[in-house]
Amino acid sequence: MFAYTVRRLLQFIPTIIAITLIVFLLLNVLPGNAALMAGGKQRLTPEAQEKLIKKWGLDQPLHVRYFQYIKGVATGDLGVSFFSREDVGGMLVSRLWPTLKLALSALFIACLLGIPLGFYSALRQGTAVDSLTMIGAVSGVSMPQFWLGLLLMFLFSVKLRLLPTFGYGDGALKNMILPALTLGVGYMALLARTTRAAVVEVLTEDYVRTARAKGLSEIWVNRKHVFRNTLVLLLTSAGLQFGSLIGETVVVETLFSWPGIGSLLVNSIFYRDIPVVQGCILVIVTGFLIVNLIVDLLYGVIDPRIKYQ
Amino acid sequence: MWFKKLKRRTNLAIGVGIVVLMSAMALFAPWLAPYHPIDDANLLYSEEPPGEQFWFGTDTQGRDILSRVIYGARISLSVGLISQVMNSIIGIFLGLTAGYFGKWWDDLVMGLTNIMLSIPGVIFALAIMAVLGPGLMNVFIALGLTNWSYSCRITRSQVLFTRDLNYVKAAEAIGYSKRRIMFTQILPNIIGPILVIATLGIAGAILTEAALSFLGLGTQPPTPSWGGMLAKAREQLFTTPWTSIFPGLAIFITVLGLNLLGDGLRDLLDPHTTVK
Repeated sequence: MFAYTVRRLLQFIPTIIAITLIVFLLLNVLPGNAALMAGGKQRLTPEAQEKLIKKWGLDQPLHVRYFQYIKGVATGDLGVSFFSREDVGGMLVSRLWPTLKLALSALFIACLLGIPLGFYSALRQGTAVDSLTMIGAVSGVSMPQFWLGLLLMFLFSVKLRLLPTFGYGDGALKNMILPALTLGVGYMALLARTTRAAVVEVLTEDYVRTARAKGLSEIWVNRKHVFRNTLVLLLTSAGLQFGSLIGETVVVETLFSWPGIGSLLVNSIFYRDIPVVQGCILVIVTGFLIVNLIVDLLYGVIDPRIKYQ
Repeated sequence: MWFKKLKRRTNLAIGVGIVVLMSAMALFAPWLAPYHPIDDANLLYSEEPPGEQFWFGTDTQGRDILSRVIYGARISLSVGLISQVMNSIIGIFLGLTAGYFGKWWDDLVMGLTNIMLSIPGVIFALAIMAVLGPGLMNVFIALGLTNWSYSCRITRSQVLFTRDLNYVKAAEAIGYSKRRIMFTQILPNIIGPILVIATLGIAGAILTEAALSFLGLGTQPPTPSWGGMLAKAREQLFTTPWTSIFPGLAIFITVLGLNLLGDGLRDLLDPHTTVK
């Protein structure tokens, strides 16, 4: 297990480096605009622009700037915001917890409801329950999260006045319910579909047929043979689909004025605040990779055959 | 005969129906919409609830919401279709060549594909928009470069299976060029799964475009877009709640139709996924 873990961690590092390269190249193709944007509403003279370009090293070749950026990332220095002049690392740290709180709450809601629904639906294939569940799931996947959020906002905040419309408040639970529900429903629908597909595949396996032929109870077969073997298939899809949850976080945070990394990313795009955009994308993608790394490590725990391969 | 087959496959039938309906709405928008979505703005009819004259009500500038929803279909469907065509061209080309030639090219393409799959699509699209700026043309470019990795992966896996089949070996034996084999022998026989991914990809692109417009980075006002209309609706949730219902419903129905179509195509092409 230790060797398996080390191998996975070593594969993680080149992936992060490759992603920093792609994101850096993407965002620094147009260096000339950065100094102009940094002036904000002030009309910078050509001399002032020249000074800023030199100060931020934007006149240096791309490869030199990339190595400096990588060096900075390795030491925790993500640069300074062009717009607010704040340290980008500090900005990201202050917004990390609200985003994590939202994503984890949504994940909890999705797993709590999605996996049992998908499992139950697969065991009742072809019945009305199965059809209704899958109609619900495909509807959840097709629904734009920001529209769902607006509808929930209208119902619970405007009409019933039970929950706040938007904002983080003092971090209380009531402020988190609507954003978490908005974010969780889509992922719940994805999980329900994925779980159902995985269970259906496992139910056709020979060992399940053998277990039933041996006379084992349906509960025993489902618990011991079906569920555990479904987990590996489920983890693969759920891990890949977690990316869509992260993408939706950006929109949901903007909708509910949630002070997370997603809303910071959107605001910094409007201001063409490239260091902040770069930092936000790096944190989001690293988070996604860490989740996939955890999923990979969980494979080894759930299926012992995998760590020996 | 084909109608009977379609009837047995409810998902596919409903999906086809919805997609045809929304496509017709987009194509015939100038004839279907009762008003012009931009020019027929009358402040005297500002913030009217749904009624006889304006079936979906009006917005703060007195524009008919039904007309704007109808014209918004043009933006969404064209973005979805064009961006997915771009994604498919890139993905199919890379997947086909990677799977057929193998070696260092395959390693390079798969490495790049795995990296692209590590970056959530919306995030990558936002990064591109950060460079290009807001606007519909930039949305086409951003979405067209974002999701090619799915098409690439599925194409490559199909090519790996197909390249060792007898008819491909026979084509090689009689001297067909590699390019001819890839595009005339292999590609036509693996188009099914690629089509499924492409259909689901159009649905994804429509959702992403709506999200970008909602964030203010996509289609710019006054051009009607469903996401942009929802962004405005957020500001008027207390006063004109109906403005948040219909654009969202349009996105939902369109994406649902495409997802059902994609699922139906997958069931058609792979009978093992159907209900026993």
